[in-house]
Amino acid sequence: MFTYTVRRLLIMIPTLLVISFVTFSIIKLPPGDFLSNQIAELRSQGDKAALERAEFMRAQFGLDKPFIEQYAVWVGIWPTERGFSGLLQGDWGWSFEHDLPVSDVVGDRMLLSFILNFTVVLFTWAVAFPIGAYAATHQYSWGDYGLTLLGYVGLATPNFLFALALMYFANVEFGLAIGGIMDPEYLDKPWTWAKFGSVVNHLWIPVIVIGTSGTAGMIRRLRANLLDELQKQYVVTARAKGMPPFRLLVKYPLRMSLNPFISDIGNLLPSVISGSAIVAVVLSLQTSGPMLLDALRSQDQYLAGSFLMFLALLTVIGMFVSDLLLAALDPRIRLTEGVAK
Amino acid sequence: MSAVPEPRLAHYVATEPFEPLATEAMTPEQERFYRASQWKIMWWKFRRHKVALISAWVLAFFYLSILGSEFLSPYNLHSRDTRHIYAPPQSLHFFHDGKFVGPFVYGYTMELNMQTMRREFLPSQDKVQPLRFFCRGDSYEYMDLFESDVHLACPAEGGTFFLFGTDRLGRDVLSRMIHGTRISLTVGLLGIAVSFLIGIILGGISGYYGGWIDNVIQRFIEMVRSFPELPLWMALSAALPVNWSPVLVYFGITIILGLLDWPGLARAVRSKLLALREEEFATAAVLMGATPQRVIARHLLPSFASHLIASLTLSVPSMILGETALSFLGLGLRPPVTSWGVLLNEAQNINVVALYPWLMLPVVPVFIVVLAFNFFGDGLRDAADPYK
Repeated sequence: MFTYTVRRLLIMIPTLLVISFVTFSIIKLPPGDFLSNQIAELRSQGDKAALERAEFMRAQFGLDKPFIEQYAVWVGIWPTERGFSGLLQGDWGWSFEHDLPVSDVVGDRMLLSFILNFTVVLFTWAVAFPIGAYAATHQYSWGDYGLTLLGYVGLATPNFLFALALMYFANVEFGLAIGGIMDPEYLDKPWTWAKFGSVVNHLWIPVIVIGTSGTAGMIRRLRANLLDELQKQYVVTARAKGMPPFRLLVKYPLRMSLNPFISDIGNLLPSVISGSAIVAVVLSLQTSGPMLLDALRSQDQYLAGSFLMFLALLTVIGMFVSDLLLAALDPRIRLTEGVAK
Repeated sequence: MSAVPEPRLAHYVATEPFEPLATEAMTPEQERFYRASQWKIMWWKFRRHKVALISAWVLAFFYLSILGSEFLSPYNLHSRDTRHIYAPPQSLHFFHDGKFVGPFVYGYTMELNMQTMRREFLPSQDKVQPLRFFCRGDSYEYMDLFESDVHLACPAEGGTFFLFGTDRLGRDVLSRMIHGTRISLTVGLLGIAVSFLIGIILGGISGYYGGWIDNVIQRFIEMVRSFPELPLWMALSAALPVNWSPVLVYFGITIILGLLDWPGLARAVRSKLLALREEEFATAAVLMGATPQRVIARHLLPSFASHLIASLTLSVPSMILGETALSFLGLGLRPPVTSWGVLLNEAQNINVVALYPWLMLPVVPVFIVVLAFNFFGDGLRDAADPYK
């Protein structure tokens, strides 16, 4: 188990390196950069002092350097005059648009992003598990068809529109505040119980919205797995010996069909993070989504890069955890390649 | 035991005609089954899946409508009616005062609400406006081929026909939805073509050669899979040059959508190839001197083409949803190119939901098409393995 963990950790390093490279290249794809756009604008206005400052900044951050060098500096494997200072050293860079270090701009957005995504995964599990089990044990019943259809409906509704509709409904019916992940007065305040409570109060709409799209696939897979298990001999034996149906279900087949459920987090996580990005824009949540969108639009390269890296990191770590859990559950997986799909 | 051998019988040959297959005669049904080609059996199996069959018809209907969007829509894509801005949907009636009139709508009477400073449109009972069919309306140029002004249905002379209401510029939502079908449905197909190409090439190489090449490609696939799709789509489409024409942007978006979708396909191709390349017919082809391309493309791929098609169908809906999401955020297609996502861009805030909910109607076709593609793909996947 130990060697497996180490090997799995070692694989993460080149993965993250490649992801960081791809991320940076994509951000640098559009011609120009934030400062060169600003400089062009200032030049047309003839603002001498600001122009000089922008050009100084540009040289300071090495935006005139070749692409590879900029990338290496960003990651932190190439020294600048100030020594090594990049992602590896915990320096996220500078946000040009906000004129602040990225870490200050970001604040607790990344933590909120993490909370949101984590809650969505829990929600998906909590919903998909009983429904999938019910659909499998009551195959071809009305309940099965109805729940499956409901899952498909969740799959086919675009997230953002569902978010809008639910937000409107929550406002009209329950008088809940619209949008945001907490009441505005708690923004940028230190964490207290009141702030936490406010987050919990606001969290349920995005969680339901993002959760519905992933739940459908989960239900379908659990149902298929459980159906396979239910036809096996040991189930028949247990039933013949007079085991009560519910205990039988919980004790054997359900546990067997749990494996793919955990490995599924690998499929679930990228889609959850994607979903949360767009829903966050619609609901104007103070998570990474809306700010990432702005940063991408204004070519605020370090801010955008940090967000993309954070989201990728979240996915990679999630997959790592799911692989570990799976290996702990099923010894066969450790012995083979360790890629459970 | 007698010592005298019995006389041998004369060699007997039956004179009546003999049918060698008669001993293992098959019923006509069986014979039909065994003689049918693989595709035919797939069709028989698919036909039994009622929901999938209905979905296929729905999809066919939507795709056929692409051919005649201009004819089917009552107005043109950009026709504006400045007197009817944010007009609510008009409902279709058949009976007026208990008398059958045929399909007609009640015309609007407009009032200015001085409290809210909004124009309010109410259907008025005395303005009966029967629809005209196969009539002359806005003129359009069909596919750059010829000019025409014939529509399936038009409003009465001087009347209006806004079945789904109008938007902020007084454009008919229904007509725009019908036009948007063209872009929304082809985006998925083109994206699939891109992902199909990448998936087959990479999966093919990976599965056929195996060894370290396989290893490298597999690691690469895992990397791509661990990327959250939408943020990357957002980044890529933000990178599309601003000065590109809308048509170029359209192609750019389709390529972006396809660029991330191939790993699943590549995996499927690889695992199938790994199994199939050990078969005798593959070895025979190699021994006869066929190049790898030929072995993969002519001998191996056809044996699981049906699986590929089924899995492709299942990834179209995610592309349609992806385009809708991107356009909704304003990162995807830009007007004047019109897709369902572009139309939904108008429904971006809560005011719209509260005041002009009909602007959210373009979500209905998105919903129907995505659902139909899912059922259709499920049916295809079941049918792709007809001998099971």
